[in-house]
Amino acid sequence: MSEPGIDLTPGTGDRVAKTTCYMCACRCGIDVHLKDTAGGPRVAYIEGNRDHPVNRGVLCAKGSAGIMQHLSPARLRTPLRRTGPRGSGRFEPIGWDEALATVAGRLSHLRATVPEKLAFFTGRDQSQSFTGFWAQAFGTPNYAAHGGFCSVNMAAAGIYTIGGAFWEFGQPDWDRTKLLMIFGVAEDHDSNPIKMGLGKLKARGARVIGVNPIRTGYNAIADDWIGLTPGSDGLFILSLVHCLLKAGKVDLDYLARYTDAAVLVDEDPASPTHGLLMRTEGGAKTVIDRRTGKPAAFDAPGVRPDLAGRMRRAGTTHRSVFQHIAERYLSDAYAPEAVAGRTGIAPDRIRAVAAELARVAFDEAIELPRPWTDFRGERHETMIGRPVSFHAMRGISAHSNGFQTCRALHLLQILLGTVDVPGGFRFKPPYPKPAEAHPRPHCGVVPGQPLDGPHLGYPQGPDDLCLRDDGSPARIDKAFTWENPLSAHGMMHMVISNAHAGDPYPIDTLMLYMANMAWNSSMNTAAVMDMLTDRDADGAYVIPNVIVADSYASEMVAYADIVLPDTTYLERHDCISLLDRPISEADMAADAIRWPVVAPDRDVRPFQSVLIDLGARLGLPGFVTEDGGPRYADYADYMVNHERRPGIGPLAGWRTGETGIAHGRGMPNGAQIDEYIRHGGFWTAHIPDNAAYYKPWNAAYQDWAVATGLQDKPTPYAFNLYCEPLRRFQLAAEGKGRRQPPDHLRERIKATHDPLPIWYPPLGDGHADPAEYDVHALTQRPMAMYHSWGGQNAWLRQIHGMNPLYVPTRIWDRHGFAEGDWARLVSPSGEMTVPVAHMAALNPDTVWTWNAIGKRRGAWALDADAPEATKGYLLNHLIHELLPPRGDGLRWANSDPITGQAAWFDLRVRIEKVPAASVSHPVLSAQTSPVPPAPRNVAFEMPG
Amino acid sequence: MTTLPATTDRKLGLVIDLDTCVGCHACVIACKGWNTQNYGAPLADADAYGAEPVGAFLNRVHSFEVQPGDGPAQIVHFPKSCLHCDDAPCVTVCPTGASYKRAEDGIVLVNEDDCIGCGLCAWACPYGAREQDPVEKVMKKCTLCVDRIYNDTLPPEDREPACVRTCPTGARHFGDLADPESAVSRLVAERGGFDLMPEQGTAPVNKYLPPRDRDTLDVLAPLLPPVDEGPKGFLGWLDRTLERI
Amino acid sequence: MHPAPSLIAFSTLSGLGLGLLAMLGLGLAPVAGLTGLVFFALAFALAGGGLLSSALHLGHPERALKAFTQWRSSWLSREAWLAVTALAVMATYAALAILAGIVVPPLGGLGAALSLGTVFATAMIYAQLRTVPRWHHWSTPALFLGYAIAGGTLLSGHVGPAAILLAAMSAAQIAAWVAGDARLAASGTDIATATGLGGRGAVRLFEPPHTGGNYLTHEMVFRVARRHAVKLRVIALLLAFAVPVAFLLLPFGHILAALAVLSHAAGVAVQRWLFFAEAEHVVGFYYGRRLP
Ligand SMILES: Nc1nc2c(c(=O)[nH]1)N[C@H]1C(S)=C(S)[C@@H](COP(=O)(O)OP(=O)(O)OC[C@H]3O[C@@H](n4cnc5c(=O)[nH]c(N)nc54)[C@H](O)[C@@H]3O)O[C@H]1N2
Ligand SMILES: Nc1nc2c(c(=O)[nH]1)N[C@H]1C(S)=C(S)[C@@H](COP(=O)(O)OP(=O)(O)OC[C@H]3O[C@@H](n4cnc5c(=O)[nH]c(N)nc54)[C@H](O)[C@@H]3O)O[C@H]1N2
Ligand code: SF4
Ligand code: SF4
Ligand code: SF4
Ligand code: SF4
Ligand code: SF4
Ligand SMILES: [Mo]
Repeated sequence: MSEPGIDLTPGTGDRVAKTTCYMCACRCGIDVHLKDTAGGPRVAYIEGNRDHPVNRGVLCAKGSAGIMQHLSPARLRTPLRRTGPRGSGRFEPIGWDEALATVAGRLSHLRATVPEKLAFFTGRDQSQSFTGFWAQAFGTPNYAAHGGFCSVNMAAAGIYTIGGAFWEFGQPDWDRTKLLMIFGVAEDHDSNPIKMGLGKLKARGARVIGVNPIRTGYNAIADDWIGLTPGSDGLFILSLVHCLLKAGKVDLDYLARYTDAAVLVDEDPASPTHGLLMRTEGGAKTVIDRRTGKPAAFDAPGVRPDLAGRMRRAGTTHRSVFQHIAERYLSDAYAPEAVAGRTGIAPDRIRAVAAELARVAFDEAIELPRPWTDFRGERHETMIGRPVSFHAMRGISAHSNGFQTCRALHLLQILLGTVDVPGGFRFKPPYPKPAEAHPRPHCGVVPGQPLDGPHLGYPQGPDDLCLRDDGSPARIDKAFTWENPLSAHGMMHMVISNAHAGDPYPIDTLMLYMANMAWNSSMNTAAVMDMLTDRDADGAYVIPNVIVADSYASEMVAYADIVLPDTTYLERHDCISLLDRPISEADMAADAIRWPVVAPDRDVRPFQSVLIDLGARLGLPGFVTEDGGPRYADYADYMVNHERRPGIGPLAGWRTGETGIAHGRGMPNGAQIDEYIRHGGFWTAHIPDNAAYYKPWNAAYQDWAVATGLQDKPTPYAFNLYCEPLRRFQLAAEGKGRRQPPDHLRERIKATHDPLPIWYPPLGDGHADPAEYDVHALTQRPMAMYHSWGGQNAWLRQIHGMNPLYVPTRIWDRHGFAEGDWARLVSPSGEMTVPVAHMAALNPDTVWTWNAIGKRRGAWALDADAPEATKGYLLNHLIHELLPPRGDGLRWANSDPITGQAAWFDLRVRIEKVPAASVSHPVLSAQTSPVPPAPRNVAFEMPG
Repeated sequence: MTTLPATTDRKLGLVIDLDTCVGCHACVIACKGWNTQNYGAPLADADAYGAEPVGAFLNRVHSFEVQPGDGPAQIVHFPKSCLHCDDAPCVTVCPTGASYKRAEDGIVLVNEDDCIGCGLCAWACPYGAREQDPVEKVMKKCTLCVDRIYNDTLPPEDREPACVRTCPTGARHFGDLADPESAVSRLVAERGGFDLMPEQGTAPVNKYLPPRDRDTLDVLAPLLPPVDEGPKGFLGWLDRTLERI
Repeated sequence: MHPAPSLIAFSTLSGLGLGLLAMLGLGLAPVAGLTGLVFFALAFALAGGGLLSSALHLGHPERALKAFTQWRSSWLSREAWLAVTALAVMATYAALAILAGIVVPPLGGLGAALSLGTVFATAMIYAQLRTVPRWHHWSTPALFLGYAIAGGTLLSGHVGPAAILLAAMSAAQIAAWVAGDARLAASGTDIATATGLGGRGAVRLFEPPHTGGNYLTHEMVFRVARRHAVKLRVIALLLAFAVPVAFLLLPFGHILAALAVLSHAAGVAVQRWLFFAEAEHVVGFYYGRRLP
């Protein structure tokens, strides 16, 4: 019999539109296949853009499911005004005119009188350079994005130490590394690049060591698994440092040339600069020059910094940073035997890892024949590579000892000489960029005026804190205060509870953009929902006005007074800018756009364009022309015509130069967006080969970065093994200096703000009894789901529709759990009942679940009895934004004491078996859905 | 059609690397997206936003846990789609001839117009590679993207299955397993590719590459000798070494 | 496997009906006159009703005719042919017997053979499936035929032979269950061969591919609790064999006979429920654990 004829060549659509994915923050390039229908073009199929620097054609599950997000029944249809009580979800549709007039009226009053009473916080958006610009023009100090609860420990530790961070700002040298050690990563922002990189390592048979209490995903394919106790990475890393130092397996040449290891530290306890670095008249860090034995500026031409340098001046001893390092970490306190108990890792394994790091770094060193010249003018014929790379993310940063742990990891990298060298960790433009080159935080408020500078930045010492004249916090989230001086990303997780408590002051309007603060991005979710609905004696809401810009019927929407409906990512312009979080790779600077590949079929507007409109209505500087008219028609207009500095705009590609098209620097070009669209939605500028490594010190790179507009002048710098800003806070805590911390914080600052990496137990352990709450409880990102917004996706929700609590064998057996059982989890701040499942490949003291699967009933256009609402749950209910009271009458935040990073992963619980339940607890009331009911079945095929 | 071809000219199939798969489900969704728009009826989802969503998928990723006798437990992510068996029982049981194996390349397909939705082929498949569409009620299975691999409206580099094209780690390989010189055949030979349930006698074309040995570090590593155990040992060593630089 | 009501009804009813048709064809039941009419009507109702209900199991019953095309390789296709020819032959046989009063034994013999052949083909649909080791055995067709013959004997009112056959079948059924219980383990297929990971250690499913169900988990990964199964086996034995035999041993009466038949049919239905519910499909190794 003959085989049936089949269509082997179906067309995938009528056209392909190339834009940028936004199913997560990774910003992959996508080919959107469109079909022209009677009602206009419709999206038929989405696949990866093969030319795109981020994803090279691959796409993750979320990206491929974008079509279902774009067509989600939970899409908001029109602006809404609340009619029922907050949280009920009852709204009436209003028009844009009314919505914008209401918001502008409120805000213009605030701006003229008390600008700080507007708190504007943004979540997972990618336009922070724009939203920050708007908030600065408005004049409120209360602006930040989600970084404070996300991974500011990682960002800040990296920037203060090496002038760049893991996160998505750097990457292993995937093509050359021979050993990758990956700490606390489940997925990360670099979702596809990490997977592609791991694939490259696997294809070459290179070794991957996963450090993570949980062995799934990347850790499952790691050759070796270090399943340590949560919160103990710092100890583990410093023990590796101990072993390496003991064996002399450190890169002395690299340390001397490129880091502050040889810089001299003032050792006189009586000196006002005790513990600070010695500086020349001109402010340069001072080293002993091995050629002369005399002090010299670190960066002076020809200087050979002496790692063993020491000198006495005016009766004060100065010794090199490196000697402090040796002294501290050679101590037996960091011997593998001493840390084995706390980390749960046997001494032999620690030694084995150290030996492997040393072997690969030094015995398998590589050398690229690429001559380069360093900042001292010295020419190097080759580029030496130590092919050991590290990557880390929230597993080490979302702990209250995370800043120091991240610093410890950078210390380890630097000692091995493996930062920005072939085979090591590499920066992505605009990094490297040291803390000193970043702005410092600003909080100067004058009614009717813009803020005195950018909100966020990198303080260098107490003088840079955001305090009011009476010493009280200037910001509603208490960022940049003595409680967390280096809170470089703000502290979004504290906004609602501080605003509710009126501490440091009450606010009037909370404006949230793309953040589900009534749900998964809050700690203590149920209480946060109460705070949002709490009323004062007069019956008015304690937080008077809540404005939410969201695209979907999220949990947060139900708590809004006014809802400003946004588009989906395929219906608007977006700018993935070098001023922000661009798409650069280690070999290139790159930025990208999103553009409306289809028009919205609802009465919704891109929120950035709405902000531009509001800016014009409020007459904000930068948003109006000289004659007071609107300066930009919409966000696309802003993307093209806004200039941050002369010649520098949101998009670097296809600008206008003296003689035609120019890249990097140049005047606005009206055809810029068309050029991006013609070129696949992105722009790249390759770093020349001789500038591609050793970038912080490489003259060719520095010049290239200036030419490309990444920086205005060459700024080579030394890595900071010694974190002097921390020492400045410590000094203040010791009673020195103009600005002094409150007494109750002195001891904590002294103990935690050590200028060299240290480890201390997660702060929560000092508040919750570790014996009573004997189990660590973690969450992980599922690769196929993005926070709460993936749950509305008909395809993805089938993969993760509920989330069992995974329990390690020892606890499983101890409690006699069986398949189908349920457990009660109790933390110092709450309890919940959840389904359990067994997992052996798990740290024996740790339980965990997937993050953000649970949904509130009625949200996201899901049925009320959807598994997300019945069996799914949020661990956040057990995590308090404050530590349990300790009887000292103080509110201690559950945050890192240096950066304010939310300590999600410090959570401790106790677990007990309970009779099988049918729904997980706590059961929260349902919200009314503001959108029409979802269709029952989906069988989606675009008409041809 | 129900009878199997005695031999096929080529044996197109997938080689899946269990050492590399991180379990991201990208292949699952890429497959769903492509096959919803192309071959046959769209892959439907019943009760899509409800309490018990059930959709048709042609490729699913399982996760297994392996507990070795000594050493820590391991997790292996395990993608699975039709293996395009040489001795495909799903084909011979089909009463209508809707199920067939192509003689030219060995791809096993369902001609949906002929399918009565009896489900027997799904029962006959040991691997769970066939699912009935919950709305269209015809049998669905991996087509090996037959409408991509020969599709000359696609650029040549895209003429590979959607799941292979999208896999971020490169854990999925596509090729002709009848050709011993093909890249996939060489991978299978080098890495010890194996069959699933060989005792079922289905002679699958798709092969799986085993995870490499795990947790071997302690055994391999020679330990680091200290530079100097003396009292001023480290600084002494430092001075000596700096002299040499 | 999921015990679909349509399949249980189909195999229970058609087995009984075809068994009775075989009896009629062989002339072991009255074929003429009003009694004959009643018997034929009953047999056709059972067999035809069963076959119709099997069509309910199809996703596209309107295409059922296509199922006749693959008789060379497919047992389902063969079953379709056999069923239709059995019914056609037996209809001719019945029409001649009842309308014209002509009994044609060769025709009846052919019809009986085709009827039992249909039962055999049905059983072979299951027995051919290597994926269900419990079914993949000669005892599956043997048992199906045994049930059909015993049921046919019972229906056709042969008290003594029926009692003996029922007693024998109960022993056979017990033996089949006991043997069947061990067959999955003996099949050589387990989670180790399913994953190829057996050489590395003990393998178990950690996470299924989807938290919800799918066609396969609904159809094939049905699980019946051990305790539950034992209870149902006892009920099946009681209803299918013990009660009918007891009734048969009592003084014969139509009511009792009817009750015996109903009890038997109910017992067979329970047995068929178990037949599907207890059939462990090897795909279950890929779905080892169900989430709550
Ligand atoms: N237990 C626990 N909790 C955590 C974490 C954890 O690890 N464990 N991680 C924390 C971290 S790092 C983060 S970043 C947060 C993330 O938490 P959130 O920032 O709250 O992230 P989402 O849940 O994705 O919610 C973002 C909101 O954006 C809306 N949205 C989606 N697309 C668009 C759009 O195009 N336009 C607009 N205007 N809105 C849109 C969604 O509907 C949703 O309401 O969660 C935090 N919470
Ligand atoms: N698919 C998907 N991708 C995402 C997101 C998403 O929701 N879904 N969210 C994005 C966002 S906002 C962020 S911030 C990033 C976060 O990316 P990740 O940092 O990868 O996020 P988490 O899932 O929180 O991963 C934390 C990991 O740290 C481990 N861990 C916890 N405590 C410790 C510890 O003490 N030590 C060690 N070594 N490990 C520990 C956990 O087991 C987990 O594997 O992901 C981004 N990418
Ligand atoms: S990682 Fe996935 S969801 Fe994120 S941008 Fe890339 S394709 Fe989209
Ligand atoms: S896409 Fe690749 S890595 Fe992801 S689950 Fe599929 S095979 Fe594994
Ligand atoms: S895997 Fe299953 S469906 Fe595919 S050919 Fe083999 S038996 Fe048939
Ligand atoms: S379900 Fe369709 S393809 Fe499968 S055996 Fe039945 S008719 Fe054939
Ligand atoms: S080859 Fe095509 S049909 Fe088969 S699993 Fe991959 S994407 Fe799906
Ligand atoms: Mo985050």
